[in-house]
Amino acid sequence: MNCHDALLVQAYLDDELDAAQSLEVARHVETCERCGTYYRRLEATRGAMSHPQLRYQAPAYLRASILPAAPRANAASRHRLPAWGLALAASFIALAAIGGFGLLRGTGTRQDAVVAEAISGHMRSMQLNHLIDVVSTDQHTVKPWFDGKLDFSPEVTDLVAEGFPLAGGRMDVLQGRSVAALVYRHRLHVVNLYQWPASGSTEPAATAADGYNAVSWTEGGMAYIAVSNVAPDTLDAFVAAFRGRNSLRNESKR
Amino acid sequence: MSPSPDRHRTARFEACFLPHLDAAWNLARWLARSDADAEDALQESMLRALRYFDSFNGENPRVWLLAIVRNTTWTLIAKKPGQGVHESLDEDLHLLVDGGPTPEAIALVASDIAVLQSALDTLPAPLREIVVLRELEGFSYKEIATITSLKIGTVMSRLARARERLAAELVRSPLEVSP
Repeated sequence: MNCHDALLVQAYLDDELDAAQSLEVARHVETCERCGTYYRRLEATRGAMSHPQLRYQAPAYLRASILPAAPRANAASRHRLPAWGLALAASFIALAAIGGFGLLRGTGTRQDAVVAEAISGHMRSMQLNHLIDVVSTDQHTVKPWFDGKLDFSPEVTDLVAEGFPLAGGRMDVLQGRSVAALVYRHRLHVVNLYQWPASGSTEPAATAADGYNAVSWTEGGMAYIAVSNVAPDTLDAFVAAFRGRNSLRNESKR
Repeated sequence: MSPSPDRHRTARFEACFLPHLDAAWNLARWLARSDADAEDALQESMLRALRYFDSFNGENPRVWLLAIVRNTTWTLIAKKPGQGVHESLDEDLHLLVDGGPTPEAIALVASDIAVLQSALDTLPAPLREIVVLRELEGFSYKEIATITSLKIGTVMSRLARARERLAAELVRSPLEVSP
């Protein structure tokens, strides 16, 4: 076997050959002992290199600070801060938020800003292995998990019958405020549902950005933003299902 | 206050490249071989990427970003004393395909993560980057050639050499280990 053949066998392993060449090499590897051995060695090596822990994961603090001109007001102060620095910065912002504004009661632009942040939070959650802190399809596990972590108790409802099984929940931050994020699945898609206490009542309003859809509304003392890359009408169905379940439950409590 | 054009640009930038942050980090980290250097390299890479963002044609953001990360990291490492980026590399293939164990006897000896890490870590830099791009990131030969500005033939021969070295460390046959 010469080196030319070796590269062909390797290209076969890497799925870089067209169908005809591929077939030819496959037959050759079956019958030629030396090429067969070489192929198995390559295969074993590739198997070793597929160990998931070989791939480094970007550290969480880096994810928050790496983007050069991230449009977050505190991006500069977070730049390269250690974790405690982040916590400190976050608590200052939280204080500012408590003193300042209710998230959804402001002007249209502020509403836009919080939706935009929810969308980028959704995108981050999909990419950063930070989708779910508490993994459970059981609303009676997910809801208590938030106790003590938030200053409110989020509405947690499984929507499996409606085609949106609950997958879990996590803590997130929107505009400096700690919020609950519930994670629902819909086939291969994920729906993030953010919620936090807010007064007033607004009907669902849809926004689309960067291929994601968001629907925000306020009712029953909570502000909600649902974000996903499912089709707009599917997201509307999700929102309708969640609101339907919730109002049923709240009525039965009375 | 309506969002400024800058804000839109940054949002587009994030949408393009945030999904590839792990790939960028993984490459920088394997090339730099330390968290601190990888972090510097990645910060610098993202700044460069944002600066050149307008010249990005919208195709394959992962390849575009990783080409920047790769070049930035090598430049940064080259400035550090005692780092041999341009390790001498004999481009000839010396594949140990003859006299090897029979196909049935091939066994993977190492599945321990520390052993695997060290095997990859000690590969010469020009081989290491190809393995990371192919085996860890799953790029095609053509994409690797684009990222590294190498010819496809060079990518293929370096990949074969890298794998041969890895196999020599990680793959044994019962015949080889028995006395």
